[in-house]
Amino acid sequence: MLSKGVMQQGQKTSSPRTELQMARSMCWHCQSEISGEYFCERCVKVQPVSKEMDYFTCLGLPRRLNINPDQLEAKFYELSRMFHPDFYQNKTETERAISLNNSALLNTAYRTLKDPIQRAEYLLRLEAGSAKEIRTSPPAELFEEILALQEDLEEFRSASSDRPPDELETLRAKLEADRKTLDRRRAEMEARLFELFTAWDVLQDRGEATDQLRKEREAILKEMREILSNRTYVSNIVNDFVATIG
Amino acid sequence: MARIVGIDLGTTNSLVAYMDAGQPKVIPGRNGRTLVPSVVAMTDNGLIVGDPAKEYLLRSPERTIYSVKRFMGKGLADVREELAYFPYTLHEQGGVIRIQIGEKSYSPPQISAMILKELKQRAEAYLGESITKAVITVPAYFNDSQRQATKDAGMIAGLEVLRIINEPTAASLAYGLQKRTQGMIAVYDLGGGTFDISILKLKNGIFEVLATNGDTHLGGDDFDRRTADLILKQVREQRRLDLDAYPDVMQAVRLEAERAKIRLSDEHKTTVAIDLPGGRGRFELELTRDQLESLTADLVERTLGPCRQALKDAGLTPADIDEVVLVGGATRMPLVRQRVQALFGKVPHSELNPDEVVALGAAVQADILSGGTQDMLLLDVTPLSLGIETMGGVMSTLIRRNTTIPASAKEMFTTYVDGQTSVDIHILQGERELAKDNRSLARFQLKVPPLPAGIPRIEVTFLIDANGILNVSARDVRTGETQSIQVKPSYGLTDEEVERMIGESFKFAAEDLKARQVIEARTEAEAILKATGKALKQGGHLIGAEEIAAIKAAVATLESAKVTDDHKAIRARIADVEKATHHLAEVLMDTALKEALENKKLSELP
Repeated sequence: MLSKGVMQQGQKTSSPRTELQMARSMCWHCQSEISGEYFCERCVKVQPVSKEMDYFTCLGLPRRLNINPDQLEAKFYELSRMFHPDFYQNKTETERAISLNNSALLNTAYRTLKDPIQRAEYLLRLEAGSAKEIRTSPPAELFEEILALQEDLEEFRSASSDRPPDELETLRAKLEADRKTLDRRRAEMEARLFELFTAWDVLQDRGEATDQLRKEREAILKEMREILSNRTYVSNIVNDFVATIG
Repeated sequence: MARIVGIDLGTTNSLVAYMDAGQPKVIPGRNGRTLVPSVVAMTDNGLIVGDPAKEYLLRSPERTIYSVKRFMGKGLADVREELAYFPYTLHEQGGVIRIQIGEKSYSPPQISAMILKELKQRAEAYLGESITKAVITVPAYFNDSQRQATKDAGMIAGLEVLRIINEPTAASLAYGLQKRTQGMIAVYDLGGGTFDISILKLKNGIFEVLATNGDTHLGGDDFDRRTADLILKQVREQRRLDLDAYPDVMQAVRLEAERAKIRLSDEHKTTVAIDLPGGRGRFELELTRDQLESLTADLVERTLGPCRQALKDAGLTPADIDEVVLVGGATRMPLVRQRVQALFGKVPHSELNPDEVVALGAAVQADILSGGTQDMLLLDVTPLSLGIETMGGVMSTLIRRNTTIPASAKEMFTTYVDGQTSVDIHILQGERELAKDNRSLARFQLKVPPLPAGIPRIEVTFLIDANGILNVSARDVRTGETQSIQVKPSYGLTDEEVERMIGESFKFAAEDLKARQVIEARTEAEAILKATGKALKQGGHLIGAEEIAAIKAAVATLESAKVTDDHKAIRARIADVEKATHHLAEVLMDTALKEALENKKLSELP
């Protein structure tokens, strides 16, 4: 029991950047300099992927939000063939440990980038700090809507046992309609999110860092954060609906 | 690199396979059979495993262990409901079930190790080399404790378990190698005691598991129990006889139920027959396939929920599945095939022997590990979410189910009170909200330097390796020092216990060897006694009375030595008899020669 311990979820410590670069610049085995790839050019030993390496870099991608899934998968498979513990069974303990950690990181990177929502959340974390800040409070109108829906759900749940079947049927029909509205809402949010994906990518491609661009960037990130946050509220209530009416 | 074998350690049957020139092959025993029944009998003459042990199910049911896989990584409370079905006594010690046989008690990994040893010896005899490394399969839905127990069993058997691999994915490797399939496949694996469903994407030699689900307590055994219960009920009603009191007859009923189930996969009706105890004669009952199906329809239905959940988790519909593969002996039942076909909308495959395909796949994985096969790679997932208990008894998930393994998660811990020196961590596995509804895997205590509350920062890494087994490590972020963690498994053997059992296993091995030598010496003694008796009858009149007396004396001492457990004494007395009968043998030989020559002469007459 974690009675005495307090967990701080989602919080990551980062070691100083210089340390990280040091770790990457020399081969752990032959001490020769290595140039950013996964294997030492001289002794062909696998190198640890830095734990600070971001998932886009890990999968050899630019920091863009539109990702071709086939390309992502192909890269994931290619790197899996490089790192998977299956191919290190006959190697030294150090190499086996590197293979294990690299594979674990690669799997996390792939899982995160494969899903557009997780991808966007991850980008926000990279660009604007902790994931906690993503949770903004919902706008008043959405908040009230969700409250009303929760009351409907509660009514249906408590009525299930003692109301006549036709009344239950009416309640159920109402819930079904509510759920359709929610699904539509979520789809609208996602459509807007994907527009922002493209806007972000265009902005990134333009490159140069003018004040105007910085402002546009901030605006996009802010809107994405709001949508992601509101979408979470909607998704949670949709899950409640699924749990109640199937 | 030494050869690595692939082992399917099944509930009902086990197999060992190896890779021969790029093709996996199951290794047969001396009797030509590839299946080793997962049955262990503790007889007066020592340990017996496999086919011969199966006979002891009826002769000494309380000393013959079957379906031990159902107990792996479990506590007594987990199996309470089915205790009545097992003839032996179970108790619990340190969260691990113990099986009581006479004076001794055994943990499930020890019993499994006896089966593994038999497979090891079989492979060694067949391949003519020592085998020390293996890949062992487990149901995909096995939790951490069950996987660890399997690994422990391997160690106790003297095998280095290089990989624990999931049964349905092993099967997919065997199929993939055979057919070079591409696309989405569903592997439906209904074995003797467990059910698994795995959805995989096969592309250019990569076998990526997208989702897996199952029930580790649903298999062919459960179908047999339904039939057995029907037989027992009929006996009770028609003969007013309760068979519960006769463990040997109960076993006969169970085995007959299993045979009837197998027959009903090909035939539409069959007769079950049971010899009733105490000379009450024979009981016969006609059973139809329809009857069996209505008795077990709900069991088949129970497999469909996990199938739907796995599809959902993979983000697929049945129409997305290109091929369905059937694994496990229980998939021979027509009702299973029908229901699977109805769910996925396609005719399932079963070209490869469903009993052997898992072992074949394990051999393929063994070959990948030894560097033989290089174009295939299996990316498997963890079947259950992993988390820790947080305040309020809620489970906080760290690694979600169906996450590709190896997978890791980090969590930062600090203190709540000034000067606090430890933090207790409780690791859980499961999908429920509350800690108490999930499986407790282990507990450990983090050591923290005494500092003001909130200052210590200990980073704990939870890493699920390619075996699906959890490894925990901790690092003090302030000092950068790593901390070794003593994890106390909730339902597993501690390292010390495994060590002790490895030691005991060598002791058992010595006892086994001794038992074998005694049996062999006795068999030889019996043969020579028989031959001597025959020789005396044939040639007693050709030798002197003194010589006959000497032979009879030697025979008498051998007779009394034969019943002891001293194989050296038996061998010595055998030598005495041989010496005493030496002359008689010569005389007989001469006579035989003479006769042969005379016969020859006779036959040469025109």
